[in-house]
Parts: sequence; structure tokens; C-alpha cells
Amino acid sequence: MASLARLRVSRRLPQLARAIQTSADTTQLASPPTDLSQPFTVKLHEDSFRGYQCDIPDLEVEVTKDQLLGMYKQMTTMRRMEMAADALYKAKLIRGFCHLAIGQEAVSVGMEAGITPEDRVITSYRCHPFAVLRGGTIKGVIGELLGRQIGMSHGKGGSMHIFTPSFFGGNGIVGAQVPLGAGIAFAQQYMNKDAATFALYGDGASNQGQVFEAYNMAKLWNLPCVFVCENNKYGMGTSAERSSSNTEYFTRGDKIPGLQVNGMDIIATREAVKYARKWTVEDKKGPLLLEFVTYRYGGHSMSDPGTTYRTREEVQRMRSTQDPIRGLQRYIEEWGLATEQELKQLDKNAKAEVDAAVEEAKASPEPLLKDLWTDIYYKGTEPPYMRGREREEGSTTTKRHIVLYRLSS
Amino acid sequence: MLPTRRIPTLVSRPRRSFSKPFQRHNSSVAEPPPAGGHLPSIANSKLLRTTRERSLRTQGLSWNDEQAESTTVRETRKMNVYQAVRDALSIALTKDDNAVVFGEDIAFGGVFRCTMGLAEEFGRERVFNTPLTEQGIAGFAIGMALMGHTPIAEIQFADYIFPAFDQLVNEAAKIRYRSGGQYNVGGLTIRTPTMSVGHGGLYHSQSPEGFFMGASGLKVVIPRSPIQVKGLLLSAIRDPNPVIFMEPKILYRSAIEQVPIDDYTLPLGRAETLVEGSDLTLLTWGTPVYHCETALHMLNDPPPALAPHIPESLRKAKIELIDLRSILPWDAAAITESVNCTGRLVIVHEAGMTAGVGAEIAAEVQKRCFLRLSAPVKRITGWDTPVALQYEKFYIPDAVRIVDGLVETLAY
Repeated sequence: MASLARLRVSRRLPQLARAIQTSADTTQLASPPTDLSQPFTVKLHEDSFRGYQCDIPDLEVEVTKDQLLGMYKQMTTMRRMEMAADALYKAKLIRGFCHLAIGQEAVSVGMEAGITPEDRVITSYRCHPFAVLRGGTIKGVIGELLGRQIGMSHGKGGSMHIFTPSFFGGNGIVGAQVPLGAGIAFAQQYMNKDAATFALYGDGASNQGQVFEAYNMAKLWNLPCVFVCENNKYGMGTSAERSSSNTEYFTRGDKIPGLQVNGMDIIATREAVKYARKWTVEDKKGPLLLEFVTYRYGGHSMSDPGTTYRTREEVQRMRSTQDPIRGLQRYIEEWGLATEQELKQLDKNAKAEVDAAVEEAKASPEPLLKDLWTDIYYKGTEPPYMRGREREEGSTTTKRHIVLYRLSS
Repeated sequence: MLPTRRIPTLVSRPRRSFSKPFQRHNSSVAEPPPAGGHLPSIANSKLLRTTRERSLRTQGLSWNDEQAESTTVRETRKMNVYQAVRDALSIALTKDDNAVVFGEDIAFGGVFRCTMGLAEEFGRERVFNTPLTEQGIAGFAIGMALMGHTPIAEIQFADYIFPAFDQLVNEAAKIRYRSGGQYNVGGLTIRTPTMSVGHGGLYHSQSPEGFFMGASGLKVVIPRSPIQVKGLLLSAIRDPNPVIFMEPKILYRSAIEQVPIDDYTLPLGRAETLVEGSDLTLLTWGTPVYHCETALHMLNDPPPALAPHIPESLRKAKIELIDLRSILPWDAAAITESVNCTGRLVIVHEAGMTAGVGAEIAAEVQKRCFLRLSAPVKRITGWDTPVALQYEKFYIPDAVRIVDGLVETLAY
């Protein structure tokens, strides 16, 4: 009887629950910490989470000074990197398509704080911070954007094509990475790894058919796959309300339980990721949906000013009231973990680190001509005949072609 | 490889009336394209009809209104490609109450501004945004067309058409056949931006037209200019077969013409001869039309860097430039006629060579014109590699590669 009662209550909860709140600075100290070198307890706002067919994580959270300062450093560095990419793009040094995650730092940094190196992550084209946090480098990301050899894909990919051993990359096709995530999770399960896959996508991609196909397979086979919807409110230029019949993305998994999370409070995002990891890896309860309610400050890509489908005031309001970095800064200052001066120093360090990486990336040469024909087939197994590679049509023509360009310019 | 062997004086062939259309030589074309990736030659292209008189004399133009006979009262307006798309959509929406326009982000203009203001003009019931769901967009459009409506759907980039491939190839192309003629999706038009943009990289510069070539039941059209866009798009919308209409994205802003403001159509399935000639047939479609035009200048009057590679005897060669326009079905009769006259064929397209559209055309032409051919059919195309961002200008067949291929084929 008790279990029945719980079921009834949880079913009705979504209608009764208040909306998720997305302030970045509503976490309170549970009690003033006496010794800052020891872990202390904070209490998240009661509307930081909403559950669908699952309980919400504990609102009382243990944190340490080092963790919070570390996350602050990562978030500011990631924002600096994206701002550098923005500037390089506008200077026409970065070409192609480029999608920045400014405003969404609490998702990438919170995720990295809540998972282990054994876990796997795959995401969409908005991928730069994940690539760095999962073992890449800033110069590797910027170098890739610039199309240089130092880039993480040796300059052959560009913005959406950056990978590390535990990060399966960005993906240029909206939603296409989600079934891949289910497959990666299947491999983890098959090999008895105590690890999960976090397959990220946006509110826009959540309407792709293959996302639902992936849900079904993951639940059918009880895979350790966490489907992570980064709901930044706009799928390209169309708001969630105008594109989705159900904007409560955490409820879209049918039989897969879901958790909606304040994606602007770094402590909430980290707790949600930890919860999801425990759910899938330790408790082996199968897949889970996580929805981070967040916001992107810039346009969808560099060619979108981001103001044709929303007002400048809306963006300004989000920046000034719900910024994840300013929220964490406030925690650190109010709880006495660091002074404003010390944080400013961290900001400066982040800028210097990114500036140095940019210079190093710029100094790296462009990919070699011969690499136009490499990496299409496994090394050593290339077909004996391939157009673009054969002497008379490929390399000689192209080489002469370059010589002619140089001669005539 | 530029040939050094056997450079014959060209056999003189019966010449059709052909006034030398190019006086100007544009020497900037051998330089690397600017960072913006635009076509350096297109602003000066003689193929674009920039006066009212030339515009109204467009070959094959057929007026679609009451005063169909008279051309004297017709007006034209300066438009680029995206404005011509918008103009055609506006006419289609005005004249056909069942026409609707939808796609990702199109309600406020779309990424290339082709649908600017249509939502305000025709209402959001008829011009609306879809979710990001290409397979869904295609399926949804096919469903509407099955009900006799006129869906004009946009796939935001041709690179994104692959999720919709199953719907287009297995549903749109086959529904008439597999229902024994009871159902069809003749009202369906899928518009999609195609070809390279200069810096699009792997997922924004592909040319997937060849993948649809075996999908009998579909039509595939690729226009080259604003006048062509408007006339062919209106034909595509009204054609009783599903049509995939691929718009070369680099031309959206750079190709500008005087476009007739009235309702007119241009024929599907028909190639157009842009420059007449008797020594070689140069066949292409979409963006490379302008690279070919530049290559013809280079052949006639090579810049100093190229001159040593272009034998004097070939510089006066008369090249027949043909825009294929319709990829499926393609105008085999016109190409055969031309090649039977010239004896040489060079095909230029941006997609990779293997099993590209050029492969099909080359095979058919060698069958039909075997005894008339003086040289093997030459294909100048993208390589069989991905369209990698950093290598894009080497991937795309440009004027230098085309002129190289012309010399090789002429001198064979």
C-alpha cells in the first residue's frame, strides 16, 4: 500500500510542482563553516530539481573550498576560450561554422565535476568546453578552429570535430550523436565497465526522431546511458515553446525517468550529474534523462546575431541576473572562501592562459598537403586507386595548382 | 598533367553562329579566393542578364498569366538569388491556396533570407517553423502532398538531407508506383541550399545531388542565377512530380540579375546552351557555371602564370558551355547533340567524382556518341575526400583545374 501511495503522489507531482527556478545564486550555507579546509554543507533551493518518475537528489550538499574554486577557474577559463574563439572568428581567422557555449558553462563544468575519467561523453556541435575538460587543451581547440596542425583533429575537422579518448566529439548533425551515445553505453555494459555514457543534445535536437529511437533502445536494454538535454530555450532561432509540444524535456523518455535541473547553479548541476551516475552505474537502474535549464548568450552560431527571435533585454536580463559564473562568484565571496581580489587574479590567469594558447595555436602551421588524402581509410588499407590521390589527377594537379596560385598572387 | 605530346591544330568543324561574348579578361581569378569565399568572377559575369531587355529574352521563358503573348509591358526588378526564391514563393503562395512553406527557422527568413517577410505576408498558418527534424519535415511534407496540398519544405542545408533520405527515396519517389497510381506526392517541393560556400567544411559544403540520381520518381533541379531560380522554382512547385530544388548557396547574394516580376516558368528537364562552340562541350550546373566561364577567359587569354601551359594553338578553341539545370531527368538529347558536333566532353561538378552525376553522363554519352568522340570524356570534380574545411578551395574544381582539363581534352 505504501508503494501505491507513493506512485500516486509522484504521478500527480508534475502538475502540482512549481516551475524550476534558474537563479545561479540561491544556494545557502546550511550552517556557517568553522574550518574552511574541511568539507561543509550547503542547501540548494528547493526548486532546483523536478523529478519525473524518480525522487530528486538531496538538497543538502557537501562541498569543499577547493572544489568551488576549481570550478570557478574552469568556468572562467572556458568562457575566456569561447570569447577568444568569438574574436578570432570576427577577425576572419576562424572560418566555417562555430557554435559557442557562453552562458552554459555550468553544464560542462558541472558535468566534469560529477563524473569520472572512465565515463564517456558525446555531444552536439556546441562542444568546445567538453573537449578541453575531457582531457583536451585550449590550444588544441583553438588550433582546430583555426585549422592548424596543433588542433585536436590536426586541423582537418574544425569546430564541430574535436575528440579525446573519453569524449566522442561534437557532431555536426542535429541529434545524430544521441543514438551513438546509446551505442557507447551498450559497449560499456557489455564489457562490464562501471561507467556511464552521457549523451548530450539540445532542446532543438530533442525533436529528432532518432533521439526517441535511442531512448527506446536504451530503456529496452537497460543501458547505463544518461540522456542530457541542454535546454538553452532556443533550437537555433525557434523557441522551445514554438518547436516542442512538450517543453518538459525531462518527461519525454516515456518509461525513462527524468530529472529537470537548474542548469545555471553549478552546485545543482554537479549534484544532478552525480545522481545520474549513481542511478546508472551503482544502482544499475538503466537510462535516465537529465534536463539542464540553461541559456546561451550568443546566437546559435557565429552567423546568427541571436537577437531576431528574442529581445536584447531578455539576453541582458539573463546575463545580469542568472549568470552561472557570477552566481558561483557570489557563493565564494559570501561564504568567505576567497576575496574579490583573489578571484580577479583567477580571472587574469584564465585570460593569460587562453591568450598564450591562442598565440601558440596561431603559430602552428596549416595541415600538410598530403594529409588531404589521409585518414579516409585505415592507414595501410587504403584502396590502390582513389580519386583525388592518384598522381595525374590528384597531387600533381593540386601541387601545380598551388604553385600557380602563388605565382599569380 | 598539362599535355606536352600531340598538340594538333584543331580540325575546323562547321561553326554555328557565335559572336565572341567575352571581351574582358579578369586576371584576378588565378589568385586565391578572398577569405569571404565569394566568387571573384561572378560580379562581372556575362552570363547574368543585368538588363531588362536581356532578361525578357531569357530562353524558354513562358509567361503564366492572361497577357501571355505580350512582352512589351513586362517589368523587371534587380534581384539576387535569395530574393528570386522569395519572389517565386510569394507567387506560389498567392496563386495556390493549398501552398504552404515550412522548414527550420524559415518564419523569420531562414538562414539565407529566402523566406523574408513571407510569414507576415501570408500568415503563420501558411509559413511556419518546424522542429529540427529533417526526417520529420520530409515525412510531414509527403503526407501533406498525399492529401493534394502543395508543401514547399526547406531542408536548411543539403548536407542535412541525409536524415530525410529514406523518406525522399523510399516514400516520395516510389509512392505513385507502389500505389499503382492511386496516390502521388506531385505537389511536393523540397528546397535546399547546396554546394560549397568557401568555408563550409564537412557538413555545410556538400553537393548531394548524385545520391538522388537513381531515385526514379523524383526530379532534381539546380539553378544558376536569379532568373533561372524563379522560373525553375515555379515550375518545380507546379510540376506534378516531387522535386528536389537545390540552390547553390554561394550564389544567394553574389548572383544578381534583372528578374521579370510577373509569373513565369522555365522548362524542367532541359539543358541550356550558354555559349555556343564547336570544338568541345563543357557541361556543368550550379556554381561551377561561373568557374567555367572564367576558365574560358583563361583559355582565350591566359594570365602570365598560366600562359606557358596553354599552347597557342588551343587558345582560339570554341568551347560550347552548357548548363544542365535538371539533374534528374537530365537532358541527354541536348548533350548528345552537342557532343556529336564537338567530339569532346568535359563535365564539371563539385561533388566527388566516384559515382557522381558526371559518371552517369559520361557513360551515357560514350554509348551514344562513341564513334564521334575525339577524346575520352573528362570529369573535373571534387575529390573523393570529405569536403574538409581547411582544404576546401583545393577540393572545389576551380577555373585553373577546368582550364587544365580543357587543354588536356583539346590536345588529346
